Amino acid sequence: MNAIVTVIGQNRVGIIAAISTRLAALGVDILDVSQTILNGSFTMVMVVNLEGASASFVEIRDALSDLAAERGLSIRIQRQEIFEAMHTV
Amino acid sequence: MLNKNDILSTIEMIDQQHLDIRTITMGISLTDCADASAARACDKIYDKITHYAKDLVSVGEAIEMEFGIPIVNKRISVTPIALVSAASETDSYVPFCKALDRAAKTCGVDYIGGFSALVQKGMTKADEKLIRSIPEALSETDVVCSSVNIGSTKAGINMDAVRLMGHVIRETAERTNGAGCCKLVVFCNAVDDNPFMAGAFHGIGEPEKVINVGVSGPGVVYHALQAVKGAPFDVVAETVKKTAFRITRMGQLVAQEASKRLNTPFGIVDLSLAPTPAVGDSVARILEEMGLETCGTHGTTAALALLNDAVKKGGVMASSSVGGLSGAFIPVSEDEGMIAAAKAGVLTIDKLEAMTCVCSVGLDMIAVPGDTSADTIAAILADEAAIGMVNSKTTAVRVLPAIGKSVGDTVEMGGLMGSAPVMPVHAASSEAFIARGGRIPAPMQSLKN
Repeated sequence: MNAIVTVIGQNRVGIIAAISTRLAALGVDILDVSQTILNGSFTMVMVVNLEGASASFVEIRDALSDLAAERGLSIRIQRQEIFEAMHTV
Repeated sequence: MLNKNDILSTIEMIDQQHLDIRTITMGISLTDCADASAARACDKIYDKITHYAKDLVSVGEAIEMEFGIPIVNKRISVTPIALVSAASETDSYVPFCKALDRAAKTCGVDYIGGFSALVQKGMTKADEKLIRSIPEALSETDVVCSSVNIGSTKAGINMDAVRLMGHVIRETAERTNGAGCCKLVVFCNAVDDNPFMAGAFHGIGEPEKVINVGVSGPGVVYHALQAVKGAPFDVVAETVKKTAFRITRMGQLVAQEASKRLNTPFGIVDLSLAPTPAVGDSVARILEEMGLETCGTHGTTAALALLNDAVKKGGVMASSSVGGLSGAFIPVSEDEGMIAAAKAGVLTIDKLEAMTCVCSVGLDMIAVPGDTSADTIAAILADEAAIGMVNSKTTAVRVLPAIGKSVGDTVEMGGLMGSAPVMPVHAASSEAFIARGGRIPAPMQSLKN
């Protein structure tokens, strides 16, 4: 099952590292990353595979919420189907 | 192929433009709960609802969390109770309403609809008992919604029921200081699968149980239109269509997921644009964005006609099964732009009546002076029913007599129900008109066969 992780916030050193490390610890496989920085504002979209994850969706979401709070970022994880449903005919 | 901009725009729609699933409604048939003993019938009703809907709220919350889509309400709709209670030997159906109230609270849903009667051709004894129970029933329960269908294109308008409903609305207002009337709708051409309250009921011909979803996204449509300022109406219509497509697709996804997890067949997605009192979530502001200084001025009916139709065209492509009311809602108290327009005196009941000719609901959440007579209320019901009957569409009235208040005052309902400025009604009497009773015959359309 694929999900989309979206990270938005102020650019600082170590954001990608922090998130990838946290996801790796949960057994989440990162399939694709797209990231831009515009006027100091960091936006990253990752496609992740939860198939072999060692944690449940709720646990992964909570881990990302904690990370977001620690780093002052907005991090959300959503199943991929919502985006496919809304943007493909 | 997923595109980063699509992903970010979806998140923006949810975060900033109030995109949400307004309701997941489980429809449940209660026809097998009929019993000669009212007490046993009520027990059966309670047991069946709590059995089928026990996971509705938790599944709704799980879907909300996994997909990142706010699902604002989880609701239940049932068979019009007059059809279930008819077999019971009792004079009042208030206990049935209380059973619904208890069941809804056990399930944790925010409303249950279906304390209803379908009387478009005439009233059975049970229908009349239910209707006469409404004021007491709504004053003694919290989360039950009631509706009465008093007309249809095929049957005409039951003016005896209309006269009676004028009194019922007044009495409900007096017993509940107006609040009960937020839970009471009078329909013409009511639909069997409406997921929105207060008019939801599980119609005859529907299956044992069903999942219906109501989406909402006036804020998203408003935002999309800001990109096409000054463009011709065909561009406006296309923009609304594409936006409605995306909104409805979200509803379709949630409906299918809920249906799977609750082991309940998927019914319909109702793609109505339903506003809330929050800033940025208004249908009136969409109409103003099209170029009207204030909603209610000349051009409003045309603007709403375009919006209503474009929403349907975009939404129909997005779902395997569209139903319910599916259009634009114009509830005055629930729309920040409507409230402002009514307070400014630009939006009047007469204009709202014209608008109901081209959109999916009717005169909704409108506060009228507390001394409005039952006959005037009945005449308002008759006017709305005539529009629905002649145009083969659903129309409805949810009007709130503001006890002790008059034009210039505001009624606060709170939450999603918002606040309503008391709007003037005509002073000239309709008493002799309403006193006639009988039936306004069905228009020629009913002889199409």
